[in-house]
Amino acid sequence: MQLTLEFGGGLELLCDSIKIHKVNINLPNESDILTMKDLLSWVRTNLIKERPEMFMKGDTVRPGVLVLVNDCDWELSGQLDTTLEDKDVIVFISTLHGG
Amino acid sequence: MDDIVKMIGLKNNCTFCGVFRRQALDRGAALLKVDKLVTGHNADDIAETVLLNILRGDIARLSRCTSITTGEDGPIPRCKPFKYTYEKEIVMYAYFKKLDYFSTECIYSPNAYRGFAREFIKDLERLRPRAILDIIKSGEDFRIATTTKMPEQGTCERCGYISSQKWCKACVLLEGLNRGLPKMGIGRPRGVNGDHKKETKKPGPAVKSIESKQCGSLDF
Repeated sequence: MQLTLEFGGGLELLCDSIKIHKVNINLPNESDILTMKDLLSWVRTNLIKERPEMFMKGDTVRPGVLVLVNDCDWELSGQLDTTLEDKDVIVFISTLHGG
Repeated sequence: MDDIVKMIGLKNNCTFCGVFRRQALDRGAALLKVDKLVTGHNADDIAETVLLNILRGDIARLSRCTSITTGEDGPIPRCKPFKYTYEKEIVMYAYFKKLDYFSTECIYSPNAYRGFAREFIKDLERLRPRAILDIIKSGEDFRIATTTKMPEQGTCERCGYISSQKWCKACVLLEGLNRGLPKMGIGRPRGVNGDHKKETKKPGPAVKSIESKQCGSLDF
């Protein structure tokens, strides 16, 4: 499945300062759907090069990180249970900045 | 700021930065002869400040921190128009309008006390997003008991800036830095006037200063 992942608000620093990543993800075994939950653990393993605690807390993103799936807040589509389709665009923006 | 941190260590950084920046902002505004000073503090910031002041027992600040405008009777009032706007909304707005902004976090902020309040607020927001506005509302509704002693506003003897003590905080901190006493101006004031200049000369056989006392063994 081809997906475009974008990182903003400072999160790009955790992925070698690259803001946009075009990735190809295999569906998990025993399943023909890819959920945000699967994507998050994939991102943590493959894209986050440093300080993973800045991106994730437990199974989900760190509080303060906005997630947009095709420009829509993931809270409207079920958060971790959101199913992803080919060519989807997922944006992660950190809202934590300043002092 | 890096030079200051080299001298004072990684604690109390916010005190130095905040005090100096606020005075710089006020003095700059006065030089430009503006009539109002407007800052971008958002709902998350105000909620964090309310919690922080409760945790610190800072009654004076607690009573002032939720006002949307402060210093109306002074030369330059300050206002926080985004007081009720969530940080999340602001970030989304900036994203969709493709606005360019600085998102770097202060490098000293991981050690800041505010970080704990922020973490807590973010967790609360996830469970019940209205919590942020509710905290602000509680902050606005606080009423201080009339028997509580509140500081009075005067002027700094050294520089003339407004101050509730003999010297304004910036002067105290600056004096501490120049004399090589990084702890001057940090921590709870002991006397009524909070005169820190005497703190480092405090006599005593076993205890040299307030910082070396065991936690919980101070008598007030």
